[in-house]
Amino acid sequence: MHRSLGDFLMDLFQNAVEAGATQIRVEVRQDSSRLHLVVTDNGKGMTPEELRRAQDPFYTDGRKHPDRKVGLGLPLVIQTLEGTGGEFALESRPGEGTKVRAVFNLEHWDTPPEGDWSVVFTQVMAWPGSHDVELVRAWGEGKDHGYQVSRQDLVEAVGSFEDVEALMLLKEYFRSQESMEDGK
Amino acid sequence: MTLQELRAMREAGKKAMDRRIIEDKTIEIVVGMGTCGIAAGAKETLDAFIEELASKDIKNAVIKQTGCMGFCHSEPTVAIHMNGMPDIIYGNVNAETARQIVHSHILEKRLVDKHVFDRPAKDIVKEN
Ligand SMILES: Nc1ncnc2c1ncn2[C@@H]1O[C@H](COP(=O)(O)OP(=O)(O)OP(=O)(O)O)[C@@H](O)[C@H]1O
Ligand SMILES: [Mg+2]
Repeated sequence: MHRSLGDFLMDLFQNAVEAGATQIRVEVRQDSSRLHLVVTDNGKGMTPEELRRAQDPFYTDGRKHPDRKVGLGLPLVIQTLEGTGGEFALESRPGEGTKVRAVFNLEHWDTPPEGDWSVVFTQVMAWPGSHDVELVRAWGEGKDHGYQVSRQDLVEAVGSFEDVEALMLLKEYFRSQESMEDGK
Repeated sequence: MTLQELRAMREAGKKAMDRRIIEDKTIEIVVGMGTCGIAAGAKETLDAFIEELASKDIKNAVIKQTGCMGFCHSEPTVAIHMNGMPDIIYGNVNAETARQIVHSHILEKRLVDKHVFDRPAKDIVKEN
C-alpha cells in the first residue's frame, strides 16, 4: 500500500501535528544498510493504554475514518518493519510528548523504496499549522555529514509556503541539500 | 543552496511577479494528504500539481495540503476553487490526472468528467 519510506515519515509527522505539538523534530539518518526515521514531538502524548492501542492494528477509535475499519498509520509501519528486519520503538508520556523511532533495513527485498526526499521534506515543511519543525538529515554513522534546517528558518526565507513559486523554491533548496550526499 | 540564496531567489521571483500583470483570479487547490491519501499516492499528486503549474507559469495558484477529507475510497482527492468554475472535488487523482486537471479545468475551464467526485447541484453549475 505505502510506496515509499517517505510516505511513512509523512504519517509519523502528521500524527505529531495531530497531537497538538508545537515543536517537532524529524531526524532522517542513513547509512549503507539502514535508514533511521525518528520523530519527536511535544504534543499531548499517550497513556500506557493509549500506547498499547495505537500499535494494535485491530483497534480504531472510529472517529477519523468512518468508512474504514482499521487504523492505518502506526500498525502499517510496525507491520512493514516486522516483515523486513527493521526496528520500531515508541515512547510517550501524557502531557509531555512522543518519540517514534523506525529503523528500516535497506537490504531487505521487501523494504519499500526510499522515495524522493526533496519532495517529502517540501511537503513536511509546507504542511499547514503554526508548529515548528527541526529537520536533521545525516548520512553515515556520525552526524558530521548532513544538514539541519528548521521550518522557522524557511518561513523567514520564503514567507508563505502556499504559492507555486515558494513550493518550487523549497523543493530546489532540498534538492541542493540532498545532492550533498553525492559528494561524500 | 544556502538560506540566504533561497531568500534572494524568492525576492527576485516576487519582483518579477510584481512587474507582470497580476490576474485577480486566484486558484486554490487543496490536496487530501491524510494517511489514506498518501497510501494512494497523494504525495506524487501534489508534486505533479506544483510542477505542472510552475511549467505553465501559472503564478496565481495556491496549493494547500489537508488531512483526510473523508473519501478514503477514492483517494487521492483534490478540491479546486477558482473563479468562473464551480467548486469541484476530484477523486482518484494520480499525477497524470493532476496534469489533466491543470490543462482542462484550470486552463481551459472544462471539467475532467471522469474524475468528478462531487459538485454543486446541476442547476447551479454554470455552463462555460
Ligand atoms: N505522536 C503522537 N502523539 C500522540 N498520540 C499519537 C501520536 N501518534 C499516534 N498517536 C495516537 O495513536 C493513534 C493511532 O495512530 P495512527 O497513525 O495509527 O492512526 P490515526 O492517526 O488515528 O489515523 P490514520 O490512519 O489517519 O493515521 C492516534 O489516533 C493517536 O491517538
Ligand atoms: Mg496517523
